[in-house]
Amino acid sequence: MSTKIDVRHLPEFAFEHRMPIWWGTAFFMVIEGSAFLMTLTAYAYLASQNPDWPLSRVLPNPWIGSVLLGWLLISEVPNMWLKRRIKRCELKPTRIGMAVMSLVGLIAVGLRCFELGYINVRWDSNAFGSMIWALIFLHTTHIVVDVAETLVMTAMAFLSPLNGRRYVDLSENAEYWDFVVLTWIPVYLAIYWIPRWMAH
Amino acid sequence: MKDENTPLYDTDVPVGDLAGRLSATWSDPPGFRGWLASVDHKSIARRYLITAGAFLLLGGILSLMIRVQLSAPNRRWLSPDAYNQIFTMHGTTMMFLFAVPVMEAVAVFIVPLMVGSRIMAFPRLNAFSYWVYLFGGIMVWVAFFLNIGPDAGWFSYPPLAGPEYGAGKRSDFWAQLITFTEISALAVSVEIIVTVFKFRAPGMSLQRIPIFVWAMLVTSFCIIFAMPSIVVCSSMLIADRLVGTHFFNPAEGGDALLWQHLFWFFGHPEVYIIFLPAVGMASTIIETGARRGIVGYPLAVISIISIGFLSFGLWVHHMFATGLPRVGNSLFTASSMAIAIPTGAQLFCWIATCWGRRVRLTTPVLFVAAFFLTFLSGGLTGVMLASVPFDQQATDSYFIVGHIHYVLLGGAVAPLLGAFYYWFPKFSGRHLSEYWGRWHVALYVIGVNLAFAPMLALGVRGMTRRIYTYPDHADWGALNFAATLGAAIIALSFLVFTVNILRSLRQSSNAGDNPWDAGTLEWACSSPPPVYNFVHIPVIASRTPLWEGPDSIGQVTGLQVDRKEVVVTRGLDSTVDLRDPVPTPTLWPLIAALATTAMLIGSIFKPSALVWGSIPVAIGMIGWLYPRKRNNT
Repeated sequence: MSTKIDVRHLPEFAFEHRMPIWWGTAFFMVIEGSAFLMTLTAYAYLASQNPDWPLSRVLPNPWIGSVLLGWLLISEVPNMWLKRRIKRCELKPTRIGMAVMSLVGLIAVGLRCFELGYINVRWDSNAFGSMIWALIFLHTTHIVVDVAETLVMTAMAFLSPLNGRRYVDLSENAEYWDFVVLTWIPVYLAIYWIPRWMAH
Repeated sequence: MKDENTPLYDTDVPVGDLAGRLSATWSDPPGFRGWLASVDHKSIARRYLITAGAFLLLGGILSLMIRVQLSAPNRRWLSPDAYNQIFTMHGTTMMFLFAVPVMEAVAVFIVPLMVGSRIMAFPRLNAFSYWVYLFGGIMVWVAFFLNIGPDAGWFSYPPLAGPEYGAGKRSDFWAQLITFTEISALAVSVEIIVTVFKFRAPGMSLQRIPIFVWAMLVTSFCIIFAMPSIVVCSSMLIADRLVGTHFFNPAEGGDALLWQHLFWFFGHPEVYIIFLPAVGMASTIIETGARRGIVGYPLAVISIISIGFLSFGLWVHHMFATGLPRVGNSLFTASSMAIAIPTGAQLFCWIATCWGRRVRLTTPVLFVAAFFLTFLSGGLTGVMLASVPFDQQATDSYFIVGHIHYVLLGGAVAPLLGAFYYWFPKFSGRHLSEYWGRWHVALYVIGVNLAFAPMLALGVRGMTRRIYTYPDHADWGALNFAATLGAAIIALSFLVFTVNILRSLRQSSNAGDNPWDAGTLEWACSSPPPVYNFVHIPVIASRTPLWEGPDSIGQVTGLQVDRKEVVVTRGLDSTVDLRDPVPTPTLWPLIAALATTAMLIGSIFKPSALVWGSIPVAIGMIGWLYPRKRNNT
């Protein structure tokens, strides 16, 4: 007698690893994380090949980058709060949280724009400049893409009623922000502090 | 969440009407537009297969041109410049537009069926990955026909490919082609992994996953960890060329060897990204041929996983001639030889599976035998090259050319061809002729050995790779002529293959559901499979459920039939967890792929296109993901 399993009463959504989309997002983070890692490895390789690394005398000025780091770390407070509310499928707090995170993201992009003016070395000056710009370009792409996605999702959250699966999408978006924040830490160190430590 | 109407479940529909109902719900919209919008994994896989076949033909024509040029000394049929473009396009096409995509194409068709699913995870991403692959391939071939094809070899070393020596746009097209193929391959890898993790049939716990699915899972992980490396280095190369960065320029603190490290960190796993699917294919064919589940299943799985791991520890053996520290060289020699251990274990599992059985010598099995024969000789030349003193003699000679072709044509293409014969009834509902299949195998084996054994000898006699002609007194003419003859025989074998396919397609559908009497789930549905794959998602209790008797396969019930729906299972024990609505067909992945293409090609001519071109890409993505009534990942 063959087995029959009735799935009529199973839910249509859940959060985190029970959902295929969670795995999809996780693996795209692994891919992008590997790209960060390979870029940092290339940086370490070039630094090891050049006794006079960093090759420039004027180094990137860390102050806006540091403000951005602080801002990103603080942004995790509303982001964590938002993630909890999303998982409880609470409409109003979710909408408020999305609006706050949109604003937080826009300010982060603004800070990044200012930050680009304080790099102090051009990408075509030498390999050090090229590496610094590669790292900041990679991270800027991530910030911009995630903020754009957050803005679109916020608009959706306000324009239409949310169902369970859309809460899952919002939750994935919020987790992606964690990735953007976490990747900035090694990239920030590689751009601003490792060159200073190596210069001494 | 409930739809406006009351949902209609499969249990509410009379058994006789169920297939018709599912068909109406799951079919693509009619007409050309519906064809473009399809997100069905089987349609997409067929497109992948046909496109990869077209690139194989193009790459094959180039190889014949190379062989004609080299068939005798002092030939000047091709100019040195045309020759450079031709061998670069041959390697690039075969590696990036044929070998990886064709393996993934087979997986896109077979893996969902083998795990008992109705879909590939993320169907719209699957459609997008195909379009990006197609457009990338068209881009580089159009460039080639316009005499701006890449000309610095398939691994495009700077400084030759850099701004100092690689003037014009040729290497830019190469670097951007890499971006296209990486996007496509990475997307398919994520889909395969998530399909295996979350869409396995209930009951398919880890020890019941078919070997081919394991092989594709490990391959996908290799792609995910290897390909970011080439994404990074090809982006650096194009940045050096277009915006004046200095990653590979030693004069400004860059390093040309950085390219080699990054490229081969991808490039060596790439060999296994092509070889591991072939291992899975050979295992499947052997299991069915011997009508016995693979002997030593845990060992076979562990060896596939260890090959995947070890493949990341070998890249420096491509760089033995670059003067790296001796300790490093010894380490990489050891790891290069170590990979022979799991490969050997795998081989013994196959031998044990056949032991004492009357293996049916069908065309797929004969191709696997051809694989053993040629891969063994090809693989052994790899063990030779793992030794540094030998490698330093043989590097950049025709020995390498012979080795790589032995390994790829013997180790990957032979099992792939076997798999094509094996699964063709499932793809098309028709058998390929066994008679012509045997001719195909025989000509292929003779052709491969005649083409590539002389190359090993030529390498030992000092013929360097990539020379466009050679003088009389080098005394390489006879061996080169033999190699050319071998290449012609390989071409003839593919002609037989093509005729076999065309003959078969003209016949009526006659293969039956399970013509080979195989044990795995893809044979449980009709040939070709209906658009919804299975009337009921199967529930299994064995690794080879079709061999366990008619009542051994259970059914999942309670899925809706008035919308596309599948069941999500838990990763380890594969018990049911969620019902999952499936995205509908749409043109948005195509639109997003067109926008991506415009952005990437635009950036070759104006780097700022990367910024402005991202706006249409974003619009495409929003249209794709914008929630409508149904989910649409």
